[in-house]
Amino acid sequence: MDQRKIRVLVAKPGLDGHDRGAKVIARALRDAGMDVIYTGLRQTPEMIAEAALQEDVDVIGLSILSGAHLALAPRILELLRANGQGDVPVLIGGIIPDDDVPPLKALGIADAFGPGTSTETVVAAVQAAARRKWQADPPGAG
Amino acid sequence: MTTPSPSAAAFDPAPILAGDRRAVARLLTQVENGSPLAEAALAALFPHTGRAHLIGVTGAPGTGKSSLVNELAKTYRRQNRTVAVVAVDPTSPFTGGAILGDRIRMRDLAGDAGVFIRSMASRGALGGLARATADVVKVLDAAGFDKLIIETVGAGQSEVDIAQTAHTTLVVEAPGLGDEVQGIKAGILEIADVLVLNKADQPGAEGAQRALRASQEIGRAAGPHPTAGRAAWLPPILPTVAVQGQGVAELAEAIDRHRAYLRETGLDRERERARLTAELEGRLREALLAHLLARLDSGQFRQTVDKLMRRAVDPAGAVAQLLDAARPA
Repeated sequence: MDQRKIRVLVAKPGLDGHDRGAKVIARALRDAGMDVIYTGLRQTPEMIAEAALQEDVDVIGLSILSGAHLALAPRILELLRANGQGDVPVLIGGIIPDDDVPPLKALGIADAFGPGTSTETVVAAVQAAARRKWQADPPGAG
Repeated sequence: MTTPSPSAAAFDPAPILAGDRRAVARLLTQVENGSPLAEAALAALFPHTGRAHLIGVTGAPGTGKSSLVNELAKTYRRQNRTVAVVAVDPTSPFTGGAILGDRIRMRDLAGDAGVFIRSMASRGALGGLARATADVVKVLDAAGFDKLIIETVGAGQSEVDIAQTAHTTLVVEAPGLGDEVQGIKAGILEIADVLVLNKADQPGAEGAQRALRASQEIGRAAGPHPTAGRAAWLPPILPTVAVQGQGVAELAEAIDRHRAYLRETGLDRERERARLTAELEGRLREALLAHLLARLDSGQFRQTVDKLMRRAVDPAGAVAQLLDAARPA
């Protein structure tokens, strides 16, 4: 019996102290039936990669409001690859200007969402990302 | 449906036994999902379990369990012992999802290769742990961690599964949660090997400590505890202020004293036997039910429920009928 649930890490890297948005997203993902590992504020890229490894997450959602997304994203992706988790899709939400989305995707970020994105859109994106990962790495694989 | 267990040979336990963190993390997901690979893995790893000291931490929501686990883990790391933490949070009964937030209070442990933290959703189990928690613990035990701390969901008066799983159970209380009468009710206080009064710097702490002690004395006056025998263990009451690390070294000592007590009295073997007996019974019950249902004609179970609804048969009589129907011809 496959009881696989989507395990998603919601993390807030950077130094700004506002996590209301991240909490709303965490709650929406929970309400969509996922196991949401919520790590709170001021996470370093190292902490995020370590949590992703120990929790064996299917998807990572980053909330970044500080404008540092172009600096933080490559570091986090690099650490994930170093841990053998380069296949874990990373989504970013927060204050992301439209112009920054193509460079983020070029870095390997699966998707990026600016202000005003509905929770439904984010939930659907996380579900789609998890499904793609599972197809490449089916349950039961060591 | 009965599927034969895949042979343990299909699984290579070496990376787990070597403590490979990625291999451990991936296997824990399989175990949580009850996959066939997990079954093979648990079979291969079982001979390597039984070494770690399993410490349960339970108590009402908001008593500071996660902060206490954080400090306790730091204390063990200073003693050069490795630590794994399994933190269980509740699954929403309405959506099936869960927010697993215990890592928030354990950020001090980040970046330490001697610590491994895993969050688990309770997935509808009501005893304070998830169904798969005992198996997750086995994997981490086999991976070689010295201390294995299991934090339950915020528990009330009946979430006592942890006492069955852990060697040493901590019950965490905080000032202002209840009066003496709470203490003589059955339930969570009874399973404590060590009682922790956290937030001991807050108003009412002295009164709470007195109440805990009084409830212990009432218990002693009323007669020996059913598990008593040999040199009795009186659960010590330890005041802590987890967020400041106060009292945690003393707590770690008390936990070690309890483990020594279990070994000296032979209670550890006895408890292990009781635990394995309960696990075997639980698994047999599940397997026998599946086996029996597989032998019945389709719809027979549902028809029996219909008969119960009409009061055409009583529940005990229905069991006899179903057992009869499932008997091999």
